[in-house]
Amino acid sequence: MATDISKIFKKKQNAIIDRWIKNQLSEPGLRDDLISNEDQRSDSEQLVASLLAALTDKNLDNGDADDFDHVNEILSGISLSRARQGFTPRETGFFVMSLKDTLLEIAQQEVKDPVEMAWITTRLGKLFDVFSIITFETFIKGREEVILRQTDEITEISTPVIRIWEGILVLPIIGTLDSARTQVVMESLLTEIVASGSSVAILDISGVPTVDSLVAQHLLKTVSATRLMGADCIISGMRPEIAQTIVHLGIDLSGIVTKASLANALLYAFGTLRLEVRKSLPSIKN
Amino acid sequence: MDRIPILRMGQFLLVTIQVDLYDRLALDLESDLVRTVSQTGANGILIDISAVSIVDSFMGRIIGNIGTVSKLLDAETVVVGMQPAVAITLVELGLPLKGVYTALNVDKGIELLKSKTSLNGLNEGPNPDNFAADN
Repeated sequence: MATDISKIFKKKQNAIIDRWIKNQLSEPGLRDDLISNEDQRSDSEQLVASLLAALTDKNLDNGDADDFDHVNEILSGISLSRARQGFTPRETGFFVMSLKDTLLEIAQQEVKDPVEMAWITTRLGKLFDVFSIITFETFIKGREEVILRQTDEITEISTPVIRIWEGILVLPIIGTLDSARTQVVMESLLTEIVASGSSVAILDISGVPTVDSLVAQHLLKTVSATRLMGADCIISGMRPEIAQTIVHLGIDLSGIVTKASLANALLYAFGTLRLEVRKSLPSIKN
Repeated sequence: MDRIPILRMGQFLLVTIQVDLYDRLALDLESDLVRTVSQTGANGILIDISAVSIVDSFMGRIIGNIGTVSKLLDAETVVVGMQPAVAITLVELGLPLKGVYTALNVDKGIELLKSKTSLNGLNEGPNPDNFAADN
């Protein structure tokens, strides 16, 4: 093999960076709203520098070689941060793929022999296949982290226990109830009952899209636990379809006080606490 | 031999469990309580379990038994101050403590006992379900 292509690339490092940046900027889908040109440039420079430092004529087609560990780290870092910033997979993929195109363009200028050029193309292709795979793996991992974090946040924010009146707690449940969530709901409700000394708890399920036998069982458990603590539990906001489903499933909710709306449940709670809401008498104006 | 003291408070009996119940202690408590109820003719039992942090199915059954047996002797049982963890455990064990009333604290427990026992005397008391229906 006459030409050591890695040496050519090293010599042309600046030309590669310039051309690559130009290629990226000319891409119609460039997301300059998500990342500034300076950041894009520093990412690119870092990657090219590390790639060319690791590249030799021998490892040109072996992206899994230990020499590329540092390159892979940088690639993973870039791809993770892009996943978090909200880049699409296509944009992230293009970032890596366009480097291959740039390297090939540079090689084409230097290597005149078509056979040799074809050989270089094949090997560079293999190398960048590995890089692309790494990019996508980490990109998806980054996305999954985002999803996991959001799931955690949803569970946390979706179980607030509200003290609506002296001695009355309301727990609006929004979203599907699974075992893990029921546990959180139950614990936070019971703890709040002890902390506030409330004697009525209202479970508002108007935000629960579907109730199957499992969800109904979870609701029953919460109600029984509330009763054991010495508080009354009212279920409110059951939608007609859900009521029908419950009857069709043969679930017995007869021991539980259910009210159509939160307002009715509150009124009932006032009743058990012997409170009364009434209009004030019209003030006499002279 | 440990024994859990049973205090007499007017027409009610007051039991505060300050230690974690083991089986023997719970059995003794059950028989002691039943005997005291029949001797004194008390018509209410208040059991404070706020210091109990561990229950098992046996404990749950004993409490249920106390409720059922004293009901036969015309005494209502109120369990007060259950810890959230205990409540969750009992529900998971499938022990809803039928025949036992529950209240948040001793104050509310005494109030509940008073209302229950006076209801029994009157036979036809006001139905709490009517409160909402009236509005």
